[in-house]
Amino acid sequence: MIVRPRFVCLPALFVLGLLPSFLSGCTSDDSPENDNQIVVTGSSTIAPLVAEIAKDFEALHPGVRIDVQSGGSSRGVADARRGLADIGMVSRDLKIEEGDLTAFTIARDGVGVIVHRDNPVDSLSDDQIVAIYTNRINNWNEVGGPDAPITVVNKAEGRSTLELFVEHFQLDNKQIQADTVIGDNEQGIKTVAGNPNAIGYVSIGTAEYDATHDIPIKLLPLSGVAASIENVRSGTFPLSRPLNLVVKIKPTGLAAEFIEFARSREVHPIILEQYFVPLSQ
Amino acid sequence: MSHFPSDTVLLWLVRGCGLLTGTITVVIVGFLLTESLPALQEVGIQRFVSDPSWHPSAGSAEGEFNLVPMIVATSLATAGAVLLATPLGIGSAIFAHFYAPNRLRKIYGKMIELLAGIPSVVYGLWGLVVLVPIIARWHPPGTSLLSAIIVLTIMILPTIALLAGASFDNLSSEHLRASAALGLSRGRTVFSVVLPASRSGLFTAVLLGTGRAVGETMAVLMVAGNVVQTPTSLFQPVRTITANIALEMAYAMDGHRSALFVCGLLLMAMIVLLVGTAEWVSKGRIHG
Repeated sequence: MIVRPRFVCLPALFVLGLLPSFLSGCTSDDSPENDNQIVVTGSSTIAPLVAEIAKDFEALHPGVRIDVQSGGSSRGVADARRGLADIGMVSRDLKIEEGDLTAFTIARDGVGVIVHRDNPVDSLSDDQIVAIYTNRINNWNEVGGPDAPITVVNKAEGRSTLELFVEHFQLDNKQIQADTVIGDNEQGIKTVAGNPNAIGYVSIGTAEYDATHDIPIKLLPLSGVAASIENVRSGTFPLSRPLNLVVKIKPTGLAAEFIEFARSREVHPIILEQYFVPLSQ
Repeated sequence: MSHFPSDTVLLWLVRGCGLLTGTITVVIVGFLLTESLPALQEVGIQRFVSDPSWHPSAGSAEGEFNLVPMIVATSLATAGAVLLATPLGIGSAIFAHFYAPNRLRKIYGKMIELLAGIPSVVYGLWGLVVLVPIIARWHPPGTSLLSAIIVLTIMILPTIALLAGASFDNLSSEHLRASAALGLSRGRTVFSVVLPASRSGLFTAVLLGTGRAVGETMAVLMVAGNVVQTPTSLFQPVRTITANIALEMAYAMDGHRSALFVCGLLLMAMIVLLVGTAEWVSKGRIHG
């Protein structure tokens, strides 16, 4: 060490002493006071959509600023609760213990199982998917495919896509024997596109977009229902979720206006552009 | 030394700079400690090495917090990359300095600098769409300790080559002139004069490369597979500590978040250990 201890100690203690107040300053007193600003935080699935909607809303309401931050559904819940955000984004149904929050659904999204386009397997039953993810089935020839080991792609802990997937198949994440763990949907799609023997699950919106743009993946039907935006809209696709804006108290003023705008017909083109499914009116 | 007021000002200015630099390190360690304290208290250090696996999001009571497989994965990936990159980097620096014709040497220097400047996420993307499918054809799933080692090797190679080159530049010309006077061949000069004389510089080069390999995040996250397990072969997917933080931090709450700060603390400890070793070795054994 070049700096001598006696020079370090005093300022270091000084700064460490300041640290707690600095931290609390970051986390608790940061509630948005500004009347012309809305802070929206949460699900990384919803964030790009809300950012687009926010642009239109800002254009209609000059002087208004909407700050959209991504960070996962759990952050959306926590921030809305603590008042760190005016509106939280949660890409699933609210849980029973989250009854203190009110959810406004703005669109729906499905989670689809994807395999490589060259994989001859065209459908898997729920039991087969469970068996593959728990490593009871380890080769594609056991489900009518080629003689090749299956590469199981799973999501990292904390992601709502993972929660939705394990809940639907009544699995515990600890049971899943993954070969690759990924972060976001794009990484999952690139992993499956690069490995003809891989199986993964991602947001249907992203998958359908990439599949129609020459990325070599295909979506498998679930319980006989094709994984398509159409079927998510009609509610027949079993593995789908609402995209919610959540608030702690009954929204007023600008936040209420924004939620109303996000649920209106005006934003349907934006929702379709992002490969999500608008709610039927 | 004259005592112009400007000298005093400068003295205090640089003192201030030194002070600030040291303070930043202390603040970071303090921050890591305060953030990881809840997890260390609720979970206990014991469980970070004895739990069955890593499933932290279920909370401190039901969750599992074993960090050992990730420590092993980080160490193996780093060691593998350093073992490959050290001979390659030093060898290429020797070639550029003592064998290559002048023009080639300049082009080579620029290429290495370019290699050092490419953002890590680019290496990661290349690894994910090119390297991993190739390994997958050979030995699925492709995302593996091996691909992590290869990507890391390419990333720390320029660091080692550039610093080795710099330590050859610093070599006093007396050494070279003396060896020329003795009539030693070029190869003999390199192995018996240049390498021993620049030992300490080369050691620093390898060490900085190691530090970079330990801290590398995005590229490893994209190619290593990120399954938490102690690997028994090069083809198994692994998760490094840095990749663990990057994968889960954005989605982590409360105890889970705090546990990730324990990972940060652990990384800090590894770097301190590395720098400490370097200090010890260079003082006790190597004089350059």
